[in-house]
Amino acid sequence: MTLKTSMHSMKKTLVLIAAAAGLSLAAGPALASGGGHALRDGGFSFEGPFGTFDQGQLQRGYKVYREVCSACHSMNLMHFRTLAEPGGPFFDAHQANPAENRFVKALAKEIQVPDIDTETGEPVMRDATPADRFPNPYPNATAAAAANGGAAPPDLSVMAKARHGGANYIYSLLTGYHAPPAELTIRPGQNYNVYMAGDLTPFWKGDAAHVPAGGFIAMPNPLRAGQVTYDDGTEASVDQMSKDVAAYIAWASDPKQVQRKQAGVGVMIFLLLFAGITYMSYRRIWKGVAH
Amino acid sequence: MSDHESTYVPKTGVEKWLDSRLPIVRFGADYMSLPTPKNLNYWWTFGGILALCLVTQIATGIVLAMHYVPNTELAFASVERIMRDVNSGDLIRYTHANGASMFFVAVYLHMLRGLYYGSYKAPREMIWIVGCVIFFLMIATAFLGYVLPWGQMSYWGAEVITNLIGAIPLIGEPILIWLRGGPAIDNATLNRFFSLHYLLPFVIAGCVVLHLWALHHAGQGNPVGILIPKDREKKDMVPFHPYFTVKDGFAVILFLILFALFVFFMPNALGHADNYIPANPLQTPAHIVPEWYMLPFYAILRAIPDKFGGVVAMFGSIGVLFILPWLDTSKVRSMRYRPTMRTFFIIFVLVGMGLGWCGAQLPDAPVVGSFKTFILIDGDLNSYLWLTRLFTAYYFAFFLIILPVVGLKETPLAIPATISEPVLSGGDAMTAAAAASAEKKG
Repeated sequence: MTLKTSMHSMKKTLVLIAAAAGLSLAAGPALASGGGHALRDGGFSFEGPFGTFDQGQLQRGYKVYREVCSACHSMNLMHFRTLAEPGGPFFDAHQANPAENRFVKALAKEIQVPDIDTETGEPVMRDATPADRFPNPYPNATAAAAANGGAAPPDLSVMAKARHGGANYIYSLLTGYHAPPAELTIRPGQNYNVYMAGDLTPFWKGDAAHVPAGGFIAMPNPLRAGQVTYDDGTEASVDQMSKDVAAYIAWASDPKQVQRKQAGVGVMIFLLLFAGITYMSYRRIWKGVAH
Repeated sequence: MSDHESTYVPKTGVEKWLDSRLPIVRFGADYMSLPTPKNLNYWWTFGGILALCLVTQIATGIVLAMHYVPNTELAFASVERIMRDVNSGDLIRYTHANGASMFFVAVYLHMLRGLYYGSYKAPREMIWIVGCVIFFLMIATAFLGYVLPWGQMSYWGAEVITNLIGAIPLIGEPILIWLRGGPAIDNATLNRFFSLHYLLPFVIAGCVVLHLWALHHAGQGNPVGILIPKDREKKDMVPFHPYFTVKDGFAVILFLILFALFVFFMPNALGHADNYIPANPLQTPAHIVPEWYMLPFYAILRAIPDKFGGVVAMFGSIGVLFILPWLDTSKVRSMRYRPTMRTFFIIFVLVGMGLGWCGAQLPDAPVVGSFKTFILIDGDLNSYLWLTRLFTAYYFAFFLIILPVVGLKETPLAIPATISEPVLSGGDAMTAAAAASAEKKG
């Protein structure tokens, strides 16, 4: 086979592989269709193949979670030590062992966790250590549901992976508590949010062709301006806090993502070089063989 | 195993001793020197790619099983723990999850290659049939594996698919209970699914051995689709190594680039976000959809208004592949020389993709715009339900009507006498100099 024909058939193969991949990707958004408004873009630093987390933003986001969200939402998959891992909000290059990280030790110490007294076997409360999990705000799922009108607030550990749109969805939702249109009947114990999935047709008394986007959410608007005092002096607007906590949850949902992407760049360079060398070997071995 | 003459000569004393007792080195050497048609194009590289996929899935799967906990209370957290606390666990798990998708990309292309070039025709029927068995086992394994993380789609996918078995008259219900290990999907179901998910890949590996055995016995097909007579072997064939190890190797690396793109940069792009919500038997997700590679079959299932009928059609759509060698009446293997059939084949590929697209949509949703036309039997004509039915009809017609009829009616193009004839660069013989230099390089 000549170079031209071999390149041609290779190209056809590649086009087909790309088409198959494209089709499956295109099916993704189709699955997500229905419900809310187009999401707001938080312009997050960690997006794209070279994006990294903004450590200051993660620290602010953790503070919003700790002081606001954690009153109702658990993060059962998180340990305090995770906060000090590479890429995390409190990673310290001088203290590589997360369990010894001074920031995380101090943060954990502020929080009481249940334990069993090793002498008496009695339940006790003690200061948390980096090895502890984030405490659960409720003793069990039933108590969580009972305190929140029948539905337990979801765990936030992997929330950015559990919703289409990830961090942009969380950011949009937290800033999506718009004043409801007058023709919309709000169900008791529910709140209107333009980014929540749902169908408002049954509650809409206005023009049937213009049912508002969005849905009902049990969580009332959790954030108001100035609710958190940021240590770095950033103004704690609702938009800022929403963005920061969305970034923090995106990190917590996949704490290794930036390291993985960085490794991926190296892997890609290696594979491309390897492909080039192998192609040259192929050309050389097949030289003189018509095929 | 292979029919070609062995050229292996044991050199050292150890090799000679071993060769007269267990000729395993000879087996490998013969495999490497297997005469292979020199005109195989890149569509023939997917066999090697699939072997890599299987090895990757087994290797990553074994490590995952060291950390995974098959318990409804702990499974979800154990998968996340692998990605957070196990060394390189995120890569291992994402490789395994995306590896399933890559496996199916490759197997679909491999099967379409077989369909286009008539790789299933005599004397290669058994290669194709064993391949169909492998494909069916792959679907079963992928389904079982998808249940293991115990997310919402895991649970509800298992619910929908096991319920299908219950649709079989009379024996369905007892089989359903036996399969689930109880009246509902619970811990017993998860445990047996884990056990079977670990077992089936090794059954696949066994079938791959049979697949290769049959391949080496009947000989490789080729894009021209003619059998290569013994006296042309020297001119039309080259040893597998180094010629095809390097060509397959190049294709494998290109495939790995695609694979790595997903694993490192968009590991969740092919999955569904709902599977990161822990399974909740009391809350049905808004849309229950399988992974992309099952969507065409899911579409066929939903196209039939009767539940049991849908199950029959879905299994039938895979079952029909098994009898494909006897449905095709054409004497010509390669569709390169069957222009009429080639057109039907291209439509078939598009219909297959169309079925996949339909499988991801709500059946009642309109296809064009948002207007209604008229109700035909049980659904609006402008709906995915009817588009799916149209595609399903073509899918079955392709195998049951088009292949047998076109094979008898069409006039194929002239087929070259040798595989060297169509080669654009002319020369049909591998020159002695080229052979010698290749040996040096290999």
